[in-house]
Amino acid sequence: MKEEILTTQDLHLYYGDKEALKGINLNFDEKGITALIGPSGCGKSTYLRTLNRMNDLIPNVTITGTIKFKGSDLYAPNADTVQIRKEIGMVFQQPNPFPFSIYDNVIYGLRIAGEKDKEKLDAVVEKSLRQAAVWDEVKDHLHESALALSGGQQQRVCIARVLAVSPEIILLDEPTSALDPVSSSQIEATLLNLRHDYTIIIVTHNLQQASRIADRTAFFMNGELIEVDQTKNIFMNPANKQTEDYISGRFG
Amino acid sequence: MNSKTQNKVAIGGLYGIAGFVVLILLALLGFILVSGVPQLSWHFLTAPGKAFLKGGGVGVQLFNSFYLLILAMLISFPIALGAAIYLYEYAKDNWLTTTIRTAIEILSSLPSVVVGLFGFLFFVVKLHLGFSILSGAFALTFFNLPLLTRSIEDSLRTISDVQREGGLALGLSRWETVSRVILPAAVPSILTGVILSAGRVFGEAAALIYTAGQSAPALNFADWNPFNISSPLNPMRPAETLAVHIWKINSEGIMPDAKAISSGSSAVLVIAILLFNFAARYLGKRLYKRLTSA
Repeated sequence: MKEEILTTQDLHLYYGDKEALKGINLNFDEKGITALIGPSGCGKSTYLRTLNRMNDLIPNVTITGTIKFKGSDLYAPNADTVQIRKEIGMVFQQPNPFPFSIYDNVIYGLRIAGEKDKEKLDAVVEKSLRQAAVWDEVKDHLHESALALSGGQQQRVCIARVLAVSPEIILLDEPTSALDPVSSSQIEATLLNLRHDYTIIIVTHNLQQASRIADRTAFFMNGELIEVDQTKNIFMNPANKQTEDYISGRFG
Repeated sequence: MNSKTQNKVAIGGLYGIAGFVVLILLALLGFILVSGVPQLSWHFLTAPGKAFLKGGGVGVQLFNSFYLLILAMLISFPIALGAAIYLYEYAKDNWLTTTIRTAIEILSSLPSVVVGLFGFLFFVVKLHLGFSILSGAFALTFFNLPLLTRSIEDSLRTISDVQREGGLALGLSRWETVSRVILPAAVPSILTGVILSAGRVFGEAAALIYTAGQSAPALNFADWNPFNISSPLNPMRPAETLAVHIWKINSEGIMPDAKAISSGSSAVLVIAILLFNFAARYLGKRLYKRLTSA
């Protein structure tokens, strides 16, 4: 029996008066990939962003319910968002490397945390870039600007940047939707490499992607969690009619 | 008239207007440079002025202009930077920030002669700073602060929010994100804004007439002790700048070559401001390139 690393209970989220999440109960085991799928506006990205409190940045958002990371309440009054986001990293839809060198991008979190040991930083850069499966492509250009890379490479550098602060959970918000198919499949391969070491939660519009990489898949619609199960079951034998309609392309 | 002809007429009209503006600018620059550049010489740029005789220079005024500019920038840049960061990165939209923004707008549209008179009453008279570089620097700060704050705020606005999210999602605090990600990324554009505002400050006259004063006592360029009255660095001495000098010569200059000195000074001023502008473009582009491309 695996440990549950992240649990959400009766999670409601309101943008002003509009209820965007209507009582989500969803738990995540340690390690492995969970995909969140569903039609646009179903709340899957909103849900993802509650998990490392990125919704805090948006005014007028109210959240009720409980999210616990390793047993401690993420929304407790004394919760430290900075620490939370170190342990629960996030990769965005649009690759967003900082306008600095590849090397600096990867070690940014560590350097700001005060790490100065050059050898250690070098080691972290290599390890993270290798884990993100982009090392071979960038190892000769580490001190050139990350903005000169292709979109797919930038996204993998962004993944490496998150890995470098050694989080336990990695959230990915449609990480391949701005990329071409070749880059997308490289990102997928990267994630498959990481699934044994990290808990990965990925929002995706691409059903094939979910079926290719996810161990578990959760289907969202209209702010509700309709169904969550092993990916195989969701795609081959969904319990819910709405899931089946969505999977078979009848809407969405 | 069909739409094609209308289009042609419109484009022709716009070209005409744009050309007219460029022509005026070129004519002005041409006039100033053609009448001023022949007056320029090493002697003219370095020698102190003469009140009644021919052959005075603008060395002191030129030095004063730069010294005042640097002091004013040293005072106004940190304040403007802090204000801009607060307004753009931290402040929520409420009555307080609306008030601050409105105050900045009003301050930036204040005529500079009003700023000068306020500076005279407050710094020169009330605070007993006298006609001094310091009074002038404070007055220039008032004149410069709103413009610089807005320009830095605009620079911060050009940095996309995905960068902020990226920093925060990495477990950086708000301040770390601003100081280590956003500010470095905004440096080229901030620098451009600073240099451009330096150009405006450099050419400012009205705000200085009643604060930094209209006299330029000779300086001893061998004496760098800021407490000596003839030292160039002394911030408490009166200091006529180049722009004020031009105004003064034209209104009450009694030296026989007043016309030539005025033309020469104007040329120096215009060239300096042009240099500021070109430097701003060049440095901004270069820094941006260095930060962003391979």
